[in-house]
Amino acid sequence: MSYKRPAFRHPDAAINEIGFHQKDYEGALSTLCAGCGHDSISAAIIQACFELSIPPHRIAKISGIGCSSKTPTYFLANSHGFNSVHGRMPSVATGAVMANKDLTYIGVSGDGDTASIGMGQFAHVVRRNLNMVYIVMNNGCYGLTKGQDSATADVGSSGKAGVPTMFSSIDLAGLALELGAGFVARSFSGDKNQLIPLIKAGISHDGFALIDVLSPCVTFNNTKSSTKSYTYVRDHMESTSIADFVPVKKEITASVQPGESKTIEMHDGSKISLSSIAEGWDPKDRLSAINAIHKASLEGEVLTGLLYIDAAQPPVHKLLNTVDAPLNSLQERDLVPSQEALEEINMGFR
Amino acid sequence: MSDRSGINDFVVRFANVNGTGSASANTMFAKTIFRMGVPVSAKNIFPSNIQGLPTWYEVRVNGEGHIGRREGVNLMISVNPQSMYQDLKNTMSGGYFMYDSTWPMPREKRREDVHFLEIPLMQLSNEHFEDPRFRQLFKNIIYVGACATLLNMDREVIVGLLRDQFPGKEKVIEKNVKALDLGMEYAKTHWEYPLPFHVTPLDMTQGKIMIDGNTACGLGAVYAGATVMAWYPITPSTSVADAFEKYCKQLRVDPETGKNKFAILQAEDELAAIGIVIGANWNGARAFTATSGPGVSLMNEFIGLAYFAEIPTVLIDVQRTGPSTGMPTRTQQSDVMLGFYASHGDTKHVLLFPSTPTECFEMTATAFDLADRLQTPVLLMTDLDLGMNDHMSDPLTWDADKQYDKGKVLSAEDLDQMETFGRYLDVDEDGITYRTIPGTHPSKGSFFTRGTSRDELARYTEDGAAYVRNMDRLLKKWETAKSLVPSPQFYPDPSGAEVGLIFFGTTTDSALEAMSVLRNEGMSVDGMRLKATPFSQAVLDFILDHKTIFVIEQNRDGQMRSVLINELEVDPQKVISVLNYDGFPITAVHITRHIRQHLPHPQSASAKAL
Ligand SMILES: Cc1ncc(C[n+]2csc(CCOP(=O)(O)OP(=O)(O)O)c2C)c(N)n1
Ligand code: SF4
Ligand SMILES: [Mg+2]
Repeated sequence: MSYKRPAFRHPDAAINEIGFHQKDYEGALSTLCAGCGHDSISAAIIQACFELSIPPHRIAKISGIGCSSKTPTYFLANSHGFNSVHGRMPSVATGAVMANKDLTYIGVSGDGDTASIGMGQFAHVVRRNLNMVYIVMNNGCYGLTKGQDSATADVGSSGKAGVPTMFSSIDLAGLALELGAGFVARSFSGDKNQLIPLIKAGISHDGFALIDVLSPCVTFNNTKSSTKSYTYVRDHMESTSIADFVPVKKEITASVQPGESKTIEMHDGSKISLSSIAEGWDPKDRLSAINAIHKASLEGEVLTGLLYIDAAQPPVHKLLNTVDAPLNSLQERDLVPSQEALEEINMGFR
Repeated sequence: MSDRSGINDFVVRFANVNGTGSASANTMFAKTIFRMGVPVSAKNIFPSNIQGLPTWYEVRVNGEGHIGRREGVNLMISVNPQSMYQDLKNTMSGGYFMYDSTWPMPREKRREDVHFLEIPLMQLSNEHFEDPRFRQLFKNIIYVGACATLLNMDREVIVGLLRDQFPGKEKVIEKNVKALDLGMEYAKTHWEYPLPFHVTPLDMTQGKIMIDGNTACGLGAVYAGATVMAWYPITPSTSVADAFEKYCKQLRVDPETGKNKFAILQAEDELAAIGIVIGANWNGARAFTATSGPGVSLMNEFIGLAYFAEIPTVLIDVQRTGPSTGMPTRTQQSDVMLGFYASHGDTKHVLLFPSTPTECFEMTATAFDLADRLQTPVLLMTDLDLGMNDHMSDPLTWDADKQYDKGKVLSAEDLDQMETFGRYLDVDEDGITYRTIPGTHPSKGSFFTRGTSRDELARYTEDGAAYVRNMDRLLKKWETAKSLVPSPQFYPDPSGAEVGLIFFGTTTDSALEAMSVLRNEGMSVDGMRLKATPFSQAVLDFILDHKTIFVIEQNRDGQMRSVLINELEVDPQKVISVLNYDGFPITAVHITRHIRQHLPHPQSASAKAL
């Protein structure tokens, strides 16, 4: 049984621009294993939404099935949530976005949920450029069914069962790039300084944003021989750059780090400022991102950070040319054609 | 079989090669008779193939208004060398066989008991039309012309149809009329005409329309306010999506901005299609999908989720024959069980059974109202015969003042006035609880949607007692549904009968014809047409009130019979199946034959003795 945290608020607790406390973005107490990476991602989502000052009720959180997909209960209690079926979050999210393009959509999935049973839906939601943030809590295993290998487990990597993975792994970020995603990032549950700005940028991106977050499963896949353990990821993390998210009204003040830097303007006027940019990588060059991912993987490294962005790709409702009002707000007067129209249709069938 | 054919009572079958443009000529043939005021039904029998295989188009003309399929072909129009001998075999004894004698049929292959009508269609077309691209098409019009003479069809009506089909294209019309006259003249100069069976104008089609069920479903969804449609191509349901799209583009584009008041997605598969529908309905838009049996099979997991999570979901199942390729382009009612019990866990669903295109239109709209009212999946069970063939039916009408029934949806103001909102609290004690749409209120009404494991306040729980409470409430909702779904239609015998016929959907036309045949023979039969599940008390009473019940349906296992017995716990002994599952629409002859077998009665016994 889960329960709500006490509603007590510290008098000094920070308030965001629209008057909400951080508590207003929290959820029920987590029932995941202590130390599970997924909980840190939930915390990052809470922080990102709070800092972005999105009214909680204007967010919809949708997930599939798995430990990862349970997390929407543990963040944003004041948002509508939908724990759907295994691997099918993308379709439910698609329907939700069709009905109302004006909410913020956070999709949560696992590596099993996305890279195996849900692979087809994942591929097609990318193609559709659905306006949502798609967060994969990637632990290289099936947590909820007790630790079986998932399709993102690297060859030779082994979890608690001790049997090395035989088959080659699927890189979801690489795949999303291949499929034409306009926003692709990878991060680590243990690095909230990197993760939070990426989530904020993903939410602000007008279109599909994938964030593949390595999120160790402490119970089944945090072994010495696993490439999805805390130690391995920490030791092998490389990043494309240091990303900072700058909301619409704020000026860029972040001190520029050594190395090259760049500012990317988002659709809504906010910006991502990137510093310490890795050599040979250009955030707007899909090929350089694909190259960088492959190169890192060959060296046994995990490439993180913003991998690719194209803020100008038209999102699904532009592609479908739907009216400005959310479809779910249309009433009889907007939807029912005239009597004459029906009479004319009847005439055509005489 | 005895031939009762005559004036305004006969069957014509066209045998064509698919992909040769015969469809429009054949439709013109049927429409002409329709416009002459004579009831007509037309059925396509087509292969799971795009070009090169045989297709048939069967037209029944019946001045008494019986428009179910009838066995026995009086006039065969054979323009497919591939199926020619099979077509000859399928022509009634004493019937007529018209074929393309550009390639004459050897004497020894002919039948003595069939009249041969030889017409060199290809040759005529080649002689009179320059453009080779059109020769094939005009060949079709030539045989329509020949039929017009043979069957006393009104030339002016045909020309009128051509004018409607090609508005303003005088050249095209001219060429078509030329082909038509070629055929008409050929028949006049070579054969005796009209044939003993032919058309005489009536006024029985006044105000009626000829439309297919899928078009009517698509239109129904437009009028019912569906804004989201997701689908995956599958015969025979594809034309539902096509129609919805066509009429949305015509009627649902904002004139000022040119933007769409609809979103149609061809999904990656049926799983995604139903997922999209569920997501959209969850988020307050009316959304639906159309598919056939294989698609419903794939959608099963999601249908269960929608049932448990209580999300309105509209699914149009255009039923067909079995899996894979081959027979799937033939009709059946074989998804009754699949639809009724779809998914895992304890589930059963609201099904609607339209039997005419008009009902396809109306019941599609009803499906949305019921789904919203009951917060559950509603499956509209149509089939290939209804969906893809033109049927004579009443015009489509819509009450301009009709308000959609959106069911128990709370607004921000409602929430403000409420003490506690519990998504699964049965406030009204009808099993239906109140829901909120995401984004409605800043601090009230948000909840978490799950399949099972939730309490009345939508909180996660794995408590067995909470699960049972929820499941029992869903049963209460099922009881409520009984009073909301369309009631059956009764066809009582004035003299009161011990025998009751139960039928639904496309079995109706033939069942009604069978009833009139049986009554004419002196047998008393009552009829009941099912329109929906769950079954109401009236359905149970009908079964209890009759000594013998025949359930007429188009599948092998008597699926509706099983559902009736299972749901109503009636005595299986008295419920007898009349089944047809060869992929062709059921006929009245088939029904009467089966009923007589089970129930010898004085008339038929004496008839046999003669
Ligand atoms: C159709 C279906 N098949 C199988 C399952 C069982 N199942 C539940 S969670 C899960 C795997 C989840 O793995 P992942 O998405 O990686 O999530 P994690 O638990 O690792 O966070 C499986 C196979 C299911 N719920 N539904
Ligand atoms: S099993 Fe693994 S993934 Fe699941 S909660 Fe425990 S640590 Fe997290
Ligand atoms: Mg996993």
